[in-house]
Formats: sequence, C-alpha cells, structure tokens
Amino acid sequence: MTSLQKFAAMTLTGIALATVLSVAMMRTSYATQFRNIPNAVPSHQHWLGTDDLGRDRFTRLVYGTAISLSLAPIAAFISVIFAACIGGMAGYLGGAWERVITAAVELVLCMPWLFLLIAVRAMMPLNISPLLSVIVTFSLLGSLGWAASARVVCASVSSLRDSEFILRARASGTPGWRLLFVHLLPNLKPVLGAQFLISVPVFILTEANLGILGLGVSEPLPSWGSLLTELESMHGFASAPWKLVSLVLLVLVVISFQLIISSDEVSA
Amino acid sequence: MRALIIRQLLTIAATVILGGFLCAIFVRVAPGFDVDMQQLDGRLSAQAVEALRAKRQSSRNIVAFYGQYMRNALHGNFGKSLVSDHSVRQLIAERLPATIQVAGGGLALAWLIAFSLAMAVAVLRSRAADMFAMSAASLFLALPAAVIGLACVFADAPPLLAIAAIVSARLFPYVRSVLTRTGNMPHVLAARARGAGELRILFMHVLPVAAQPLLAIIGISVAVALGADIPVEALCGIPGIGQLAWQAALGRDLPVIVTLTVLVTIITVTLNSACDVAAEAVRGQHA
Repeated sequence: MTSLQKFAAMTLTGIALATVLSVAMMRTSYATQFRNIPNAVPSHQHWLGTDDLGRDRFTRLVYGTAISLSLAPIAAFISVIFAACIGGMAGYLGGAWERVITAAVELVLCMPWLFLLIAVRAMMPLNISPLLSVIVTFSLLGSLGWAASARVVCASVSSLRDSEFILRARASGTPGWRLLFVHLLPNLKPVLGAQFLISVPVFILTEANLGILGLGVSEPLPSWGSLLTELESMHGFASAPWKLVSLVLLVLVVISFQLIISSDEVSA
Repeated sequence: MRALIIRQLLTIAATVILGGFLCAIFVRVAPGFDVDMQQLDGRLSAQAVEALRAKRQSSRNIVAFYGQYMRNALHGNFGKSLVSDHSVRQLIAERLPATIQVAGGGLALAWLIAFSLAMAVAVLRSRAADMFAMSAASLFLALPAAVIGLACVFADAPPLLAIAAIVSARLFPYVRSVLTRTGNMPHVLAARARGAGELRILFMHVLPVAAQPLLAIIGISVAVALGADIPVEALCGIPGIGQLAWQAALGRDLPVIVTLTVLVTIITVTLNSACDVAAEAVRGQHA
C-alpha cells in the first residue's frame, strides 16, 4: 500500500467515524423544521445554514452521509455476490454455459447503465415511502450493476479452472463443492475485493445522479443524491458555497476510493 | 473476416431481440405495473378508471406485449406515449437532432481532448504533465454527471462541453495507457535509438499499432456519452432523447422508455460490432 493509498484509507475511515459519532450525538432529526428561519446562512446554531424548508443542513448532511456511506457498500456487496455467482458459474462450467452466460453479460453491458437504471426505476411506483425508496434505489444499483464484475470474475475463474493446482486437486478426486469452496473461492478474494471497491464509488455517483433527477431517495430522507438537488436552485456555485459541502464530501469519498483501487488490485 | 461479420450481425440481431425482451420482462414483473397514477385521481368516474385499466390490459402479458411491440416496431410504429399521446416515433424524430448535436458533438470533442492530451503526454514524456492530466481526469470522474451539467448551466456554456468533460475523463486514462504501452514497444525504442523525432515516432510507429485497442473503445465511449446525455439534457433543458427518457421515467411512460432503451442498445451493439470488425481489419493489415 502506497502512502497515498494509506492517506485515502485514513480519509475514508475518518469520514465514516465522524459520521457515526455525529449521528450518535445529533439531537435533532433530519426532518425537523425551523420554520421561522428557512434558507438561513451558516450560524452558530446551524453550521451550514438551513434549506428551503428550514431544516438544518448539517444534520441532513450527517444523516445523508450515513445513508449513502452505509448503503452503497451494501449495494456493492450485493452486486459482487451476483457477479461471483453468475461469473463464477460461467467460468467454472466452461464450454457452452460460459458462452451463453458471457453473451448475456455482454447484453447487459451494452445497455447504457443510466438508461437501464431509470427505465427499471420508472417501473417502480414513484410515490413510495422514503424508507422504501432508499431500499429500492440501492437494491436496483446492486442488482443491475453486476455485469462488469461478472465478466472479470468469469475470466479469473476460467484461468483458475485450468491452473495446475486445480487440475491436481481434480485428479486426486476432490469433489466439486470442495474444489469450489476450498480451492477456487479463496483465490478469488482479491478479485472480488477489487470489484467491491470499484463498485462502491460507481454506486455513490449513480445514486447522486438519480437523486438530482428526482428518481432516487424520496424526501424527507436525505442521501447525497437528494442533498445535491439543492444545487439546482443555486444561481452559481459561488452564490452559497456552504451548499457545496455535500458535493465536496462526495468527491472526497469517491477520489479516496479511486486512490485505494491500485492498478495491481484491479488486474488481480 | 466474413465469418466475423456474420457473427457480429447475429450478435446484433440476438441482442436486439433479447434486449427488448429483457425490457419487457422488467416492465411486466415490476411492482406497481398495474397501478396507474391517473387511476387514483378522485375526479375520474368509475367508467373512466375502467377505460384506463382496459387501455393497459394489452400490456399485461409479457410475450403478447413484446410480440406486439416488435411487430409494430418493424413497421416503424413504436406505439404512442401514455403521457402525451403523441407517436413515439414522432417524439424520437423530433428530439434526435438535439441529441446528435449535444451527445455527438460532445463525444467528438471528448475524443479530441483525450487524444490530444494523451499524445501531448506521450510526446512530452513529462511526469508533471502526466500527473496534471490524470488528476484532472480523476476529478471529473469523481463528479456526478448531473453536477457537471449544472456547472455548464451556471457558466452559460454549451451542454456539449459537459458531455465532453464526462467522456474525456473516462477516455483519457485508457488512451494514455495504450499510447504509453505502445511507446515502450521494441520497434518504437529502435526507431528512437535511430534518432527519429518524437512526432514521427508517434504518427508512424505508435498510432498504427495503437489503432486496434483504441477502436475497441469507440462503442463504449458512445454508451458513456448516451448515459451522460440524460442528466445533461434534463438539467440544461435540451429537448433531446436524454430529456425524453428522463420525462418518460418520471411519467412512467412505458412505450417511450422501452423504445428508447432498445434503440440505445441497438446503437451501442452496432457500434461495438462495427469497431470489432474494423479492429480485425487493422490487425489483418499489420499481420
């Protein structure tokens, strides 16, 4: 791990710890309105001011960060599980199975990600409860974002399948399940880990795009995507720079993930 | 080569059929498929609600819905929008020029930027220039496409700049990597040892070899541009395909969103296949 990667990992840990502590210490809810002071500028009581509805922006940022930072990894985990199952099956079975599954994966990859996502998101009822909207949004990301990872997993399993130690294990009569769980899966850990790290920032950015387009997490629940919708009402990024804190935090987290993913891990 | 072309044509046909079918499945099995917001309107009479239900009846069976859709599509009829009641074909035809201008122009500019920067990095062989360009690309990769679109609105800049920024940020690291890797190949090192100039090396020895991997990502870059087109057009108020897809998603306009998804898939697959054929032709020339 290079010093830059260590710094990125420390930044992510710092942001996660600060978020957890802030949520624990928070006395107001993300939905609490201070109706007498909507659109307030930053002050001692409201560090980042209040939004159009008089809700404390800092409180919403803390809860939004907690939601995005905890659910994007869960979505990434789901997509990696899908990728491991689909790509792993294709690579392990080989032959016609591999060709059919690879063709299906290529098909999903050919569909532009955002088009596919908004098409499927649009099929869900839009007037669902905020909590359900969070689950739907991140579940969609997890269940549709596996294709690229599946291709990588398939290639890795294919090369492992023909490797010497697997051939030896097979020749010594090792049963299929033991080959899979004892020999293949432990060797796939670096690949799956890298795919997980690649997926998290992709899902954070996609949720942000969906949120800004009004197809993400519903109000009043905050997420980075829904917090960024506030930017639309600005007259320029310099007009109220404190509104940009959520964007800065998002960029910081995504860049930290990009730095952690070294080229060695990606190619592993 | 003929076998490759036939295989690619079969891939296109299979992808179109399967892609459309996948969309139909997504549409049909999705929760809330049978719910229409208009049915909840208390001002509508029972007959009007029943008429709305009957209107959606034909879409309930996946196979029937998809079969009917593909049959009509072959005759150029993609159905009618559930929201505006306009023909989907007409809606797409009206909005296509704006998208070609924004997404097409942005894509061309993105390739120009990515290629120019990567060539500059390859020719200059400067670590500082490389770091600067990579940092800029990383920053743009870390920004949501919608925020880049908003930046264009605030700066009163043409929206194609947003597409160019989003796509070039993805293209540059790849193009740079291909040019650098090719630049370190033995025949290039030999040419450099013989005293050939950097520009001559680039155009005569690096680019012909790098053409094949670069051709492979043209299709991917189109998919990225079309994906970025949705937030950019939606936020910049451009009446194109991206904005139509966004409005259809918000209005849960089934015929429009399915047609657009299939259309975009066809474009991407066709371009990918064409690039594969072109890359094979280039490889054949060098073999």
